[in-house]
Amino acid sequence: MEYRSQSVAKLYFIAAIGLFVGQILFGLIMGLQYVWGDFLFPAIPFNVARMVHTNLLIVWLLFGFMGAAYYLVPEEAERELHSPGLAVALFWIFLIAGALTILGYLFVPYSGLAKLTMNELLPTMGREFLEQPTITKLGIVVVALGFLYNIGMTILGGRKTVVNLVLLTGLTGLALLFLFAFYNPDNLVKDKFYWWWVVHLWVEGVWELILGSILAFVLIKTTGVDREVIEKWLYVIIAMTLITGIVGTGHHYYWIGTPEYWQWWGSVFSAMEPIPFFMMTLFAFNMVNRRRREHPNQAAVLWALGTSVMAFLGAGVWGFLHTLAPVNYYTHGTQITAAHGHMAFYGAYVMIVLTIISYAMPRLRGQEAADPKAQVVEMWGFWLMTVSIVFITLFLTGAGILQVWLQRYSENPLPFMVVQEKISLFYWLREIAGLVFLVGLVVYVWSFFVKGGERRVPAAEPVA
Amino acid sequence: MAARSSGNTAARPLPGDLAIWFFILAELLVFGVFFLAYAFARAGHVELFDHYQQTLDRTSGAVNTLVLITSSWFVVNAVSAIRANRADLCTRWLLAAMGGGAVFVAIKLHEFMAKAEAGITLSTNTFYMFYLSLTFFHFMHVLMGMVILGFVAAKAYRGDYDADHHTGVETGASYWHMVDLVWIVLFPLVYVMH
Repeated sequence: MEYRSQSVAKLYFIAAIGLFVGQILFGLIMGLQYVWGDFLFPAIPFNVARMVHTNLLIVWLLFGFMGAAYYLVPEEAERELHSPGLAVALFWIFLIAGALTILGYLFVPYSGLAKLTMNELLPTMGREFLEQPTITKLGIVVVALGFLYNIGMTILGGRKTVVNLVLLTGLTGLALLFLFAFYNPDNLVKDKFYWWWVVHLWVEGVWELILGSILAFVLIKTTGVDREVIEKWLYVIIAMTLITGIVGTGHHYYWIGTPEYWQWWGSVFSAMEPIPFFMMTLFAFNMVNRRRREHPNQAAVLWALGTSVMAFLGAGVWGFLHTLAPVNYYTHGTQITAAHGHMAFYGAYVMIVLTIISYAMPRLRGQEAADPKAQVVEMWGFWLMTVSIVFITLFLTGAGILQVWLQRYSENPLPFMVVQEKISLFYWLREIAGLVFLVGLVVYVWSFFVKGGERRVPAAEPVA
Repeated sequence: MAARSSGNTAARPLPGDLAIWFFILAELLVFGVFFLAYAFARAGHVELFDHYQQTLDRTSGAVNTLVLITSSWFVVNAVSAIRANRADLCTRWLLAAMGGGAVFVAIKLHEFMAKAEAGITLSTNTFYMFYLSLTFFHFMHVLMGMVILGFVAAKAYRGDYDADHHTGVETGASYWHMVDLVWIVLFPLVYVMH
């Protein structure tokens, strides 16, 4: 750690990991409900478990992104954070608002929560991933504005690097696009149309900028490759991301009542979306091969390489599988989508947050890298989680293919619930893989407590 | 990559910055896939495509082809000028190329307006969907190319380039040639061939 104010990142990272554990627990509950329908009913119905599982994911990733920004922005800008106090205050506001929202989901019926939070004044609830009460959404906007102000002032008053500017662009886009969460037209087609401006343009647009800049930062630090080289790669990757990702939104517009040309636009542009992810894989491996130093934090390098591979597989390959309109006609909303969702979120966004945590956390705790013993445990966590997410994805893909066949493609299509029973074996297997994932997560958390010989950071080491 | 972009390396494989070539390849790939989709869609509706192709304004398309090829030649002259250390001439050739781009944009807008007045939209039929999409995406690239040439011209005017250091000029020129190349494929494909 080179600047004292970077230490606020630690709070964010700890909260992120805590909420990650919660997300996985609810994932396991829900996975079991797939095959044991009234498990925990009526205490935690499926729809509530799902809401908690997905909302916790988004919230902890946001904590992770903010922590990443608070850590890397001062170091890149070569100055202290504009206001560490504001960063701490916003942390508690966000955490408490988030916790209250989750408790609201769990203990108040959803319609009651809507009434309680006076949703009727500005109705925004009831839409997938944007289930939060309007008041929580307003809170998110306040936190985002304060955060952007803090980060923006730090960047503008310091050294302006490409990493910082790309990160700031991504974070600003994230905040601006969230405003569409407040647009809730009565027309269902329009509603869905703009809903994707939050959901798609986040994960297949501005979040990729955040991903790219964090990856670039960690690679600069751990490989010692020239900043100019890494920056050029970053430029090309984000240009490709935006060229393909923005119009690629069209792959969500095939069957929702929008004009037919979206089937062509969506297919052509989203077919290209794997390219920036593939470039990211080439980028990460190239930089590590051309490294000018052996960084003691091998776990962070493993996470960085892992991110680039898993993001390409999950977002790129599994996205491409069902992105073309004629294919999507059959696969839309099946377990194929769930398979893609799991591997893409894990590979791109979970892993990049764990990458920056892996790099930054030891430094925030006064070491250049964690003790080798702790790193070995962390790498066990890496492999257990990564391999089990691969299996979760494969089992859901198997379930999805069968589902498409039995329910939509065969000569005598079967009803939804009949098909669900026939593919339940895959759901059991997915649940077992999910348990292994939980074991991996526990091992990962444990790695932070593994003690070895403490090694103090030498003086802030310059990167060649 | 950084080493290669420094300008006058002897064994330089490509003019301009290597990054622009990744970008150009990616752009060509997007257009390439769109052209393939066009061919695929046309195979299913040959008569419809042939019929509505007759309604396109081939004269303005042909004029625009000449305009773009000419402006590409201007860009070639700009690169030659800077290699001869004539930054002033380079600036003027770049401005001329941008002028060509402006003429293209004006003619294209006129063509789009005529189609809009005839009530033609993306949803009229599959042929018009492709015609409007392809020409519109290319149109946006012409605008983007003009912005790039504008930056390069401004830098040339300020004296940032000379005979030894002019990667920027070659980078801008390469992008502009790509814009030209795509049109040279697009025009016969959409306006002429049946």
